Amino acid sequence: MDELDRRLILATQRGLPLCAQPYAALAAELGCDAATVMQRLEAMLARGVIRRIGAVPNHYAIGYTANGMSVWDVADEFVDELGERIGQLPFVTHCYRRPRHLPGWPYNLFAMLHGDSRDEVMARIAIVRSLLGDACRADDVLFSTAILKKTGLRLAA
Amino acid sequence: MSDFSLFDAVDRQIVDHLQGGFPVCDRPYAVAAASLGLAEAELIERLQGLLARGVLTRFGPLFQIERVGGAFVLAALEVPDADWERVVAAVNALPEVAHNYRREHRFNMWFVLATEKPEGIAAAIAKIEAETGLTVHAFPKEREYFVEMKLATRERRHG
Repeated sequence: MDELDRRLILATQRGLPLCAQPYAALAAELGCDAATVMQRLEAMLARGVIRRIGAVPNHYAIGYTANGMSVWDVADEFVDELGERIGQLPFVTHCYRRPRHLPGWPYNLFAMLHGDSRDEVMARIAIVRSLLGDACRADDVLFSTAILKKTGLRLAA
Repeated sequence: MSDFSLFDAVDRQIVDHLQGGFPVCDRPYAVAAASLGLAEAELIERLQGLLARGVLTRFGPLFQIERVGGAFVLAALEVPDADWERVVAAVNALPEVAHNYRREHRFNMWFVLATEKPEGIAAAIAKIEAETGLTVHAFPKEREYFVEMKLATRERRHG
């Protein structure tokens, strides 16, 4: 990461300026021109350094009052193939393989599920469970009860 | 904390259509507003209101810092109830803590650490352990199957 990209991340990690010409405003702050800011942003989008530019909602505020982190103990030989399939389900927003913490935490597949009720999330969990079949030996769901912090990335200046 | 009561059809449309793809051009709010049938100034005003009311936590780029040598790690704590407020304050005080959720489980606090360098993760974990006296359980991702954190607004339920 070069110095200008880093400064651009620092200048935008809290959000874009809410003015008619936000990229020109950033350019003025960074001491370059707006075209450079736009080129850098486009390049970071192309490289995946920026996933997307837009609104980040509070899940609860937009009606997703049930947010469950479903966790699954899936046989190692099947977890990658099944993880890809679970990730394709339309209601799964994140799906990862993570290390088990034995003995208390046997789960290696994590899938985030969101709904407007716990019943809806539980119905979705049933779909995941049926897809995993016998490859899954145990599962659990951890519902969130409060957002304690949601600032996103904060690099230090 | 937040007031979500003033969330109308226009706000809903903004949240549903602007979770990604915000234009990179001279007047991006004008372009985005036009696609929603709004005026530039109205969109900016609406976004200010959505942010002020906590419906949006942010409006801007979402960074995948791992693509430039950084790291994200999910981690959990088992926090005794009596210690809850103290631990929330200690954990949230770290700028490396990007998100933090309370969850119903023995591991009742789950947070994401985001650092510019991979070694920043161990440093943040050491700091949290020193300040809370609790063991941090780290769950670094070994494989990412899918990430697309875009959600359409749902009808608010009353009561």
